[in-house]
Amino acid sequence: MTRTVHPALIAFTALVFLFLLAPLLIIIGAAFSDTTYLTFPPQGLTLRWFSNIFQIEAFRTTAITSLELALLGTALSLLIGIPAAYAISRHRIELPRWLSTLFVLPILVPEIVFGFSLMKSITIGLGLPIFPSLLIGHALLVLPYSVRVVSASLASFDFSIEEAAISLGCPPLKAFLTVVLPNIRAGVIAAFILAFITSINDVSVSVFLTGPGISTLPIQILAHMEQFFDPTIASVSVLLMLVTVAVMAIVEATLGLTFLTK
Amino acid sequence: MKHLVKWGLATPAILAVTLFLLVPVIITIAATFGEAKGVFAPYIAFFSSGFRRTVLFRTVEIALITTAISLIIGFIAAYVIAQMPGRAKSLMIIAAVFPLLTGVVVRSFAWLIILGKNGILNTMLLSIGVINEPLSMLYTEGSVIVAMVYLFVPLMILTLVGVLEGIPEDLIQAATSLGATPAATFRQVILPLATPGLIVGAVLVFTGSFTSYATPQLLGGEKQMMMGTFLYQRAMVTFDWVGASTIAAIMVVVTIGIVAIMSRIARRLNPMAV
Repeated sequence: MTRTVHPALIAFTALVFLFLLAPLLIIIGAAFSDTTYLTFPPQGLTLRWFSNIFQIEAFRTTAITSLELALLGTALSLLIGIPAAYAISRHRIELPRWLSTLFVLPILVPEIVFGFSLMKSITIGLGLPIFPSLLIGHALLVLPYSVRVVSASLASFDFSIEEAAISLGCPPLKAFLTVVLPNIRAGVIAAFILAFITSINDVSVSVFLTGPGISTLPIQILAHMEQFFDPTIASVSVLLMLVTVAVMAIVEATLGLTFLTK
Repeated sequence: MKHLVKWGLATPAILAVTLFLLVPVIITIAATFGEAKGVFAPYIAFFSSGFRRTVLFRTVEIALITTAISLIIGFIAAYVIAQMPGRAKSLMIIAAVFPLLTGVVVRSFAWLIILGKNGILNTMLLSIGVINEPLSMLYTEGSVIVAMVYLFVPLMILTLVGVLEGIPEDLIQAATSLGATPAATFRQVILPLATPGLIVGAVLVFTGSFTSYATPQLLGGEKQMMMGTFLYQRAMVTFDWVGASTIAAIMVVVTIGIVAIMSRIARRLNPMAV
């Protein structure tokens, strides 16, 4: 629906977008400032805060941990989430209703409560090492995206195509891989991206599960911020924004960004 | 056989949620009732402490104010976005998605630079002579609310744009041609149809801000402690696990209670939805 909108509303919306984007521009400016304290507008231009990131080993190791967690955790969640989504969509009538509710729980339970409970039960209770604990936490944190986004794309899939393949002698697993999966590709990509972004930015779950020697990038940024208030944090933030830009470019190229409003 | 297959496919995920989410959270909550001092002792201790009550009420208050402001700002922006022609609309959606995909730590950090003692806002106000010495804006309720609204407005916009786009143009034209003023059309056509979206948005923002950790930690500090930071502090700084579990239980009850109440309201307003 395209209609004329009152100029006051347009002006207000422009202000909202200024509010949304100005803080990010300020971070970018501060990252290039040739001062030892955070300031905006930048005084002089330098890249030394960016090179400083690579001098600090903690940023390097935690960035690698965060990437590993996001990739492995998302992969794990898809590995168990896609079959669950398939079962729910294919056998909706025969399966109980609580089943789909179960997979919303990781969203419903506050992240901070989830992180604390998981630490008590598996890190302390079962004595699991830090990395596997973090991995379990991240995989579960993003599981709702895998199940729900993939279910949503299965909802518009015509299962009779799969049945035709099977009745013509195709083994069920092969039918799934060659008939169903290519048709829900967009949903799987969307689930992957949302899960990846959620995992890489997570603080509330990770804060309990990190420990001596292993931490994630956002937790490291928080810790660094409490000790030093210099432009290094701004330059790390700029690098994280570049990751966001890359992700948005992938979404735009594969699904179109409007899918996020659906 | 077929029965086995359909359950078998869902089993790994069911097991994962049960073992690593349901059971740990239930154990955490159950642990608060096993106290020697009495079944409800941790809760009596929580509510009889003025400080702890203040933290809970402050958290509810900040979450409510954040939700109200995000609803108003987000609704207006989403309404304007929904009316825009194709290209402008996608640009605006990209601009709203970008902050959303940028992490909470980065976005809260931005407000530290803006609101700090030597921050941009103070520098600006000093240079134009509005104030004579820098204001302490950090570690106030206001700074937490501004940062929270900043976190959640994009989420509200994205939730509402889809809903507002889905309102058929015919309905609005019909209302107008029958003599409804723009205000009446808004009140009697657009607002009721947007209500399910407003409720979903409100639930997301309220639960998100009620349970947040990083933002109150950075912008509120000890002075404006909220439930999330309080839970962390109890668990990892003072090692009072019963106290931390009690906070966790209260957070779960409030969150699930709000979701239940709001979805009931949504169902009453619009029996077709949910």
